[in-house]
Amino acid sequence: MKWESLGQFLAMGGYALYVWGSFAVTVAVIAVELALLRVRGRAARKAAAAPPEGDAS
Amino acid sequence: MDRHIRVGARRRVRGAINLYYYAAPRTFYPLAGRMARVFYAVAVVLGAIGLYIAFFVAPTDAQQGEGYRIIFLHVPAAWMSMFLYVVMAFWAAVGLAFNTRLSSMMAQAIAPTGAWMAFLALWTGALWGKPMWGTWWVWDARLTSELILLFLYLGFMALQAAIDDPRRADRAGAVLAIVGVVNVPIIYFSVQWWNTLHQGASVSLTRSPSMAATMLWGMLVMALAFWMYCLGATLTRVRAIILERERRSDWAHELALGKERDA
Repeated sequence: MKWESLGQFLAMGGYALYVWGSFAVTVAVIAVELALLRVRGRAARKAAAAPPEGDAS
Repeated sequence: MDRHIRVGARRRVRGAINLYYYAAPRTFYPLAGRMARVFYAVAVVLGAIGLYIAFFVAPTDAQQGEGYRIIFLHVPAAWMSMFLYVVMAFWAAVGLAFNTRLSSMMAQAIAPTGAWMAFLALWTGALWGKPMWGTWWVWDARLTSELILLFLYLGFMALQAAIDDPRRADRAGAVLAIVGVVNVPIIYFSVQWWNTLHQGASVSLTRSPSMAATMLWGMLVMALAFWMYCLGATLTRVRAIILERERRSDWAHELALGKERDA
């Protein structure tokens, strides 16, 4: 193991803000995209399940 | 009332799987769902391996210390942003040339994921630039052309959203996507053509990579993980687009009703 302690790992040699800032936003982007996909898929299923007559758009 | 539209092509022709069978939105819908699950699973496995290499195996960089570890997110995101654009333009062009609906839906499904990747490339790049160059942003050729790529994705999405008729939106979007392809080689070669603050390519097909083997492996595994994630996300989105566009068809209606009952 190249890190001697958790603190050292989290400090990232003084680059913690930049390394973890990149990492956190990447994770957040993936989480947001997957959540948006879920919402969009549900809405599409709901719209397709609705009776055709009531569809004005 | 049995007016099911018969699917034109057969699933198998002389024992081989007939790819044209899956060119219909109706038949591609379930296949895309199965494929997306596989791609997500592979992405999770590769991501775990890649992050382990990135944080626990790859050595500290001689010049950049631990700060260089941003590369394991930055390069895969940047590669995917360029690659996805070419794939998006390809499907848009196929849809334009052959009037195949599913191709245009694929192009539309790729755009948001491509935009997210371009955003991540810029974001991680800014966080890398600050400690190494002393600035979050500089108007150099590499950074500027990547920003233009993000705007091309957003422009494609906005244009499609602005036109009500989906087939007309597809055609207009395709023209924009195809014209914008010229930007991709500009991004890629920008570090050679201009004197940029951004460093040159660390990985090239013609010479050995200018980085430690474990760094390179970590980057490649992460790039594969990003690729698999993007495939999964794109296929999930194309399913939603198929249902949105086909919602008045019998098959979509029945499928959605079945899903509603199961849910």
